Amino acid sequence: MHLTSEDIDAIWLTLKLASLVTFLLIIISTPLAWWLARTQSWLKGPINAIVAMPLVLPPTVLGFYLLLFLSPQGAIGSIMSNMGLPPLPFSFTGLVIASMLYSLPFVVQPIQNAFLAIGKGPLEAAATLRSSPLNRFFYVAIPLARPGYISAAILGFAHTVGEFGVVLMIGGNIASETRVISIQIYDHVEALEYGQAHTLSLLMVAFAFIVLAFLYGVQKHQKSKAVSGGLL
Amino acid sequence: MTPADDKKALHIQITQPASKQSHFSLDINLQLPSTGVTALFGPSGSGKTTILRHIAGLEVSNSSHIRLDDTIWQNSQTSLPPHKRPIGFVFQDANLFEHLTAEGNLRFAMKRAKKDQSVISYHDVIRLMDIDSILAQYPAQLSGGERQRVAIARALLIQPKLLLMDEPLAALDETLKQDILPYLEKLCRRANIPIIYVSHSLDEVIRLADHMVVLDKGRVVEEGDIHTLLGKLGTSFSRYQDASVVVVGTVTRHSPEWGLSWLTIGNQAIAFKQGNEALGEPVRLRIQSRDVSITLDKQDGSSILNRLTAVVDDIERDPKDPSQTMVRLMIDNTAILAKITAFSAHQLALQKGQSVIVQIKSVAVLS
Repeated sequence: MHLTSEDIDAIWLTLKLASLVTFLLIIISTPLAWWLARTQSWLKGPINAIVAMPLVLPPTVLGFYLLLFLSPQGAIGSIMSNMGLPPLPFSFTGLVIASMLYSLPFVVQPIQNAFLAIGKGPLEAAATLRSSPLNRFFYVAIPLARPGYISAAILGFAHTVGEFGVVLMIGGNIASETRVISIQIYDHVEALEYGQAHTLSLLMVAFAFIVLAFLYGVQKHQKSKAVSGGLL
Repeated sequence: MTPADDKKALHIQITQPASKQSHFSLDINLQLPSTGVTALFGPSGSGKTTILRHIAGLEVSNSSHIRLDDTIWQNSQTSLPPHKRPIGFVFQDANLFEHLTAEGNLRFAMKRAKKDQSVISYHDVIRLMDIDSILAQYPAQLSGGERQRVAIARALLIQPKLLLMDEPLAALDETLKQDILPYLEKLCRRANIPIIYVSHSLDEVIRLADHMVVLDKGRVVEEGDIHTLLGKLGTSFSRYQDASVVVVGTVTRHSPEWGLSWLTIGNQAIAFKQGNEALGEPVRLRIQSRDVSITLDKQDGSSILNRLTAVVDDIERDPKDPSQTMVRLMIDNTAILAKITAFSAHQLALQKGQSVIVQIKSVAVLS
């Protein structure tokens, strides 16, 4: 069992992609999850549905529409090319955007459920302790939602590592740019390099096991439904 | 109230019409004293918690007026958000921050307290609530009573001008209640800020409050000084199973030999079991109406110690139970209720203004 430099490149690229996507998703999901957890607006249902759609849609569908929108002829792509920006399909940036959409529910939902689990009690208590709305968000809501953040980060990262269909559609297969582990395994199999495919595949299996075992470990420790966000 | 008093008080006028979601409506207009403990008393659904939440700003109605001294908290134009009102709030279920230790919870309040107002110091509050040994623990590790004591300490450390307590004992079982009541009594006796205490337990109200507002279905039924209110006939309490009065006075005599102390009313005295009270210290006694009987002449040779001369002030037959009659008796200026059978009242031919002897079978010391 050994890894070629291309394999190492793919692993490195995957980790870079998953870290960046997780980081950005946590930032974006925090206000979104907070809003979804508190709002009485009629928009709550539709927005919830949009966030959850990547859970049921085939990744190829998501990738296909992203390709259409982001290509230089597409709605967003044409605006970007008019502004002189490079096209997003088949680039690392495009892959980050696609992965964020694809992994969105895995990050939003655990955080949203953690916010819901807090209830209004601690926040009302903070309000009577001279804590302003923003202050109680940062000093009460976010710390209390920590188990939700842990599982959101784990699930968002792991799910991004495991994606294939979306990458293939929007990212293609460019070394050090869009060729992540799952694509590299596909390439090895196509080239009948089963030994190489085995090495990477076993790594992925071990990774998935460790991540999930850790997640359930945290969940048992915290005794909280909020940890997995109801996804597992 | 004189105009000078008028400024130094909590004015609450809340109107909340019934809505599609709930039949409950609230319509109250209260001026609460700026000292002592005011109890909002009533059955569940009477609106007492809602009133407290309006005072705290956790619930808001445009048609309400809430003012402490000369600061407006709520009217049709302004609405001070909860975090800008100088209040402390003790919730029914403590609402401690689970991610912080007991001490962390207290520090949360101290960090945000207004520096210009000092109600109590950190060390005093820890001693008062006796929580020194549990400061390092997380709320999940504490018992219900301990959590509530930390919550009370936290509410005090925000250095409020007004302390609001929403049934702080309701979520605790009877043993824990008895454990925490002494702390509340200490707090209520020593606090230099007004306290509004919501409860549906007459027992708690009698032990803790000085002033009382009785609510039913979102309306004020009765209001007043607790001693006057409890001693009145025709109130909701005189028909209460445990109708009782509170007698307040100072300890005037001890008898260590017999383990008794005396409280003086006018030129008579009531004996009670000696406690920790020193001579000259205030004491509150609870006398239940069913423990009081009436005779026309002083019977020597009775085991009942407390036999005092009193004047019949009012007599009312219980409308719900015609076999019972409630008699109000005045010992000097102190009212005592006696629950006797209607037949006895008839036999004794009790008249208003008549001088009789009351025999008090038992007296409970409250604090």
